[in-house]
Amino acid sequence: MLKKTVLNSAHRALNARMVDFGGWDMPVNYGSQIEEHHAVRNDCGMFDVSHMCPVDLVGADCRPFLSRLVANDVAKLTVSGKALYSAMLNEDGGVIDDLIIYFLTDARFRIVVNAGTAEKDLAWMQTKAAEWKMDVTITQRRDGDNALGMIAVQGPNARAKVWQVLPQAKAATESLKPFFAAEVDQYFIASTGYTGEDGYEIMLPAGEAESLWNALKEAGVAPCGLGARDTLRLEAGMNLYGQDMDETVSPLDAGLAWTVAMKDERDFVGRAALAANGQQKQFLGLILLDKGVLRGHQKVITQHGEGEITSGSFSPTLQQSIALARLPLGVAVGDEVQVDIRGKLLKAKVTKPVFARNGKVVQ
Amino acid sequence: MSNVPSNLKYAASHEWVLKNADGSVTIGITDHAQEALGDLVFVELPEVGAHYAAEKEIAVVESVKAAADVYAPIAGTVTEVNQAAADAPESVNADAYAAWLFKMTPDNMADVDALLDAAAYQAVADAS
Repeated sequence: MLKKTVLNSAHRALNARMVDFGGWDMPVNYGSQIEEHHAVRNDCGMFDVSHMCPVDLVGADCRPFLSRLVANDVAKLTVSGKALYSAMLNEDGGVIDDLIIYFLTDARFRIVVNAGTAEKDLAWMQTKAAEWKMDVTITQRRDGDNALGMIAVQGPNARAKVWQVLPQAKAATESLKPFFAAEVDQYFIASTGYTGEDGYEIMLPAGEAESLWNALKEAGVAPCGLGARDTLRLEAGMNLYGQDMDETVSPLDAGLAWTVAMKDERDFVGRAALAANGQQKQFLGLILLDKGVLRGHQKVITQHGEGEITSGSFSPTLQQSIALARLPLGVAVGDEVQVDIRGKLLKAKVTKPVFARNGKVVQ
Repeated sequence: MSNVPSNLKYAASHEWVLKNADGSVTIGITDHAQEALGDLVFVELPEVGAHYAAEKEIAVVESVKAAADVYAPIAGTVTEVNQAAADAPESVNADAYAAWLFKMTPDNMADVDALLDAAAYQAVADAS
């Protein structure tokens, strides 16, 4: 039995093509994935991301708990509302999940974790809180009486559309810099996203999600499925858990070194393993020069050895196939490499792992 | 609801087959297949002159979402490919029955007659 978000009937009313996404019945597109992609790059689109799991932390030990739990350093969170992207590692330095932490007060943080990993994440957090004897209460907010729905509104016109529909939110969110959140009445509005565009991710009581969705639709915001979400995040060079990294992959080999804070002596789970193993691979972009489509798991042949594509697709913005890949150390941006696609060796160019953001090609 | 023209024959692997007067057959993917794949961005066609056994991988269509093999619905030799479909993969989304992929000369014309008719294919499409 597939799990459904509160917006399931809204998707069906829009004739969405529904797929099984990690046990969730989710829209992959509402017609054309490419048109949805362009709507977000050029105007405004919205995504149902209610399958993702908000987790509330309450208690005096929130900070010391998070300081040990995740690889990035919550000491960077000094202003209320500020958000931090981080990986949560196991003792071997593998990535249990990637998540966003919102700092509200020293006794109250909110974390948003991936849909498919929510149960194991919560179990891990509970175990660690007990083991470290931390005064912190960990509560999931996806299911049950206090469930939240989540809608991501993304694109250059996203802010204006949200203010049109929620005028009461304008004053509190107008000056939000990227990666901040503001609480307005029952709404938790964050200037975060997974597309490389401006916009908001809005959490609200699950029972109100459908009326907000419909109001945004009425305001001309394009409903977008997980298909467009994937090509947008790929162009933006954002990792997808389960493809670009997992429990067997070090964040240092997945392009996430910038999220691992090792400068001071802070002790966090996985630190010793990261220090012992160092970086083994580098995470770079590829643009296919021949005709075809790059896909996850294709082999990359370089002068420095073999690598592997972790995510690949066709980029609607570049009109070429692009990929994220784990490549041997020594490969440099600008190198030409070969990709094995069904036994044929096709030419690709190595790039930085970001292709398009803010409506423009970044290369 | 996808479009399943009654004048064509079909393979359960979602190819359509049109019998031509000259003894060749024209082959493409069905409307149901293009709809399931979503926006197509790449088409790889077979080599003219190559012989394929029935149910053998003969071409590839890729959407933003995924790659899908196209199978030879019958045994035969490729006589012509539609380069226009490879140059504009979106034309297959626009009209999967106009944007054919390749033509074959069947080893046995009886193999074509043994393929699914529209009603039988509709049932396959509905169940997938």
